[in-house]
Formats: sequence, C-alpha cells, structure tokens
Amino acid sequence: MQRGKQTWWFENRPVIVGTATVVGPDEGEGPLAADFDLIHPELDMQQKSWEKAERLLLEQASDLALKNASMTKEQLEFFVGGDLMNQIISNTFAARTLGVPYLGVFGACSTSMESLAIASLIVNSGAGKSVLAGTCSHNCTAEKQFRYPTEYGSQKPPTAQYTITGAGAAVVAPAGIGPVVECATIGRIVDLGITDPFNMGAAMAPAAVDTIQMHLTDTGRSPGDYDLIVTGDLATVGHGIAADLLKRNGVPMEQTQFKDCGLMIYDVDKQKVQAGGSGCACSAVVTYGHLLKRVQSGELKRILVVATGALLSPLSFQQGETIPCIAHAVSIEQSGVYA
Amino acid sequence: MIYLWAFLIGGAICVIGQLMFDVGKLTPAHTMATLVVIGAVVDGLGWYEPMIKFAGAGVTVPITSFGNSLVHGALTELHDTGWIGVISGIFKVTSAGISAAIIFSFLAALVVRPKG
Repeated sequence: MQRGKQTWWFENRPVIVGTATVVGPDEGEGPLAADFDLIHPELDMQQKSWEKAERLLLEQASDLALKNASMTKEQLEFFVGGDLMNQIISNTFAARTLGVPYLGVFGACSTSMESLAIASLIVNSGAGKSVLAGTCSHNCTAEKQFRYPTEYGSQKPPTAQYTITGAGAAVVAPAGIGPVVECATIGRIVDLGITDPFNMGAAMAPAAVDTIQMHLTDTGRSPGDYDLIVTGDLATVGHGIAADLLKRNGVPMEQTQFKDCGLMIYDVDKQKVQAGGSGCACSAVVTYGHLLKRVQSGELKRILVVATGALLSPLSFQQGETIPCIAHAVSIEQSGVYA
Repeated sequence: MIYLWAFLIGGAICVIGQLMFDVGKLTPAHTMATLVVIGAVVDGLGWYEPMIKFAGAGVTVPITSFGNSLVHGALTELHDTGWIGVISGIFKVTSAGISAAIIFSFLAALVVRPKG
C-alpha cells in the first residue's frame, strides 16, 4: 500500500469509470475546447452571483460524470471535493444537492489530484465502491476573493495567471471501463519565501519539483516511465522554473514530455490570460477532459499529473506572509497495458 | 509649450505611480493614497501652484492634485477666517469632485447591480 515515504500504491487498481468537464467562455475558445462536455457562453451562466455560477459548474460536472459512468445518484457512495472559496462553499453546496456522504478537502489548485488520490484510496481499500472526486473554480469568484472586485478593473503584471472558469469531476470504482489510477504521491508544503500573489507559478514550482522527485524516488522510476508528466498550473513563469530546477537536480526530464495544464488550456499568445491558466479547475478539466481521453485511446499509456496549489489566504498575504505551496501527483495509466 | 510640459510632467507622475505599483509592489489603494499625500505635502511647501502654472493639466489631472486641493482649501480658509478654517476649508475646493463622485455613484447604483 504505502511505497517509499509519500506514495500510496493502489494494488487493487481503481478505475476512473466516468469523467465530465464543464467550462466557461474563455476555455471554450481555447485549444482544448473539443474535449469538454459542456461550454457556457457567458461567465454569469444566468446566475445572480459568481458564487452561484461556480456551484452550478460543479453540479453540472457531477451530474455529467455520473451519466458518463452510467450511474445514478443513488449508486454514488461518497463525494470528495474542494475549491478555492472560503470554507469551500462551492463543494459544500454541490454536496447538499448530491446528498451523499461528503469529505471536503482544501488543496487550492492541487485539489483535483488531492481529491482523486483520496477517492482512489477509498476504493482501493474497499471503504467504498463508487466515489466522486470533483473540483471547480470561477475566474470572477477568485478575482473577488483573492485580488480585487471584477468591476474595479485593477491592472495585473504579466506574471499573473488567469483563473479558469470550469469544473471537473471523476467517478472512481473498483472495476469497469476506463483509465486506472495506479498510485499517488502526497506532497508536503514547500515555501521558499515568495510573497507576491501575482507570481504564484514561481511560488509553486519548487513544490512541484519536490513531489516529482519524491514520486520517482518512492516508485524507483525515471521520467521515461511516463509518456507525459504534466504540472497543474505553473504557467509560463513557474513551468520554466520547475524545468530548470529539475535539470539542476539531475532529473532526466528529456526522457518524457513535460507540460503544464495552465499552458495547455489557453492559447497563451492570443488569449489575454497573462502567464497562463490557474485555479482548481485548471488541472481538473485538462486531465479529465483532454488527457484521460488520450489515455483511454492509447495515445498516452501512462501519465503523471502533478497538481500544484498555492495555499495562501487573502488575509495571510495582506499580512505579508509568504505563500506555502504544495503539489500532489497521481499516476494514471491505460487499463490492461501494465498489470 | 504648456501642452508639452503637461504631457511630460503628467506622464512623469503616472510613471511614479506605475513604479510604486510594479516595482514597489504597493496595492492600488496604497499607491493612490501615497500620491494624494505627496500632493498635499508639495502644496504645503508652496510648490504645487508654480507647477500648475508651468504644466497646467499635467499636474491638475493626476490624483496628486487632490492632495493639493485639500491643503490648498485649508490654507486659503485659514488665511480668510482663522484657525477654524483649517477644518472647514479642506473640502471647499474639492467639494465638486467629491459631490460628483457621490451623485454619479448613486445614479449608477440605481441602474446596475455589481457582482463584485
């Protein structure tokens, strides 16, 4: 079960039997648009508040994920999820709608893989037979909570990142058709003293590097064992730093493709997203929408998704605290390929 | 010629604000408040009026002008009516700007609902 120091090995091979992704207009104009289940043309989605819109995204993603898994709400046993809002309200309210036992988790933008790791652990241990892992974010709720009200129109430096509007959900079960969750490496907090919330990629990069290296040590693998290693939302600045750090530490990343969900979801040169995408939904919609389809088709045999999170609060950075960061890695592979 | 100076001096004030924002990592609110205080201090030293004569709108349009107006009103009223004027004069020059902000905010609030 436990392998090395920080890695959970899922020997019973839990399966992702259904996923769904719902996104907003900017993501719908990006290069991965064809891979999403539902694209909203408006940011407000006819809701009275941004928070209601964010909640709607997650509820729709949960419903669609269950539908794609050919499962009813009654068959769902547990729900694990989190988001960026204070007291993770989007997930709590979506859980109220779902009406199943619920574990709220907070990992900021690493929540996608944190919740998937926990869901897989539940299924692997036999503590549940159908677990939904979900997360969501909305550009305007994040702006409002962490930066300035959207109407204020404050300037942003080019190192800033653009919070994704969307939600991703995955149903994990002991058996079925779909990609297999092979193992997960739980990250530890890394804080190298960055205080600028407009440069989160740089703050999170060392956490991603720490988790990738720990994963490779725990599993005795090299990067070449993966067709793709993808970070969550480091964007232009952070992903460059992560690649440099890995090179300096002698990790042979040239054996594989090393990408970032925050750079894949948008056309960074054309869309006005500063350094790239971020937010809980960033790694969730790219993984559940785009990457798992590639794993399922066999285009990618095994991938390592390293979702990164900046665990700051609006209060902590206003008080001048540094940004504690984390990264959780989950290895997902095509079923039946490696046994 | 005054147009050129207005452009250069006004632009220079904005460059200072942008540097405070980008290099000094100050928040927009801190940047604005600091510029207002600088304008107030400069007028207290008696240097703002000569700058207006020299660069016109280049120094009356940026936010530093608000600090200038606050101090200027207080000093003028101090001169005209005595010490109580320091209190009553602060908003004398700025009253048009402040009233306009209140009235237009009120009118905007009648027709639109911010989502934050």
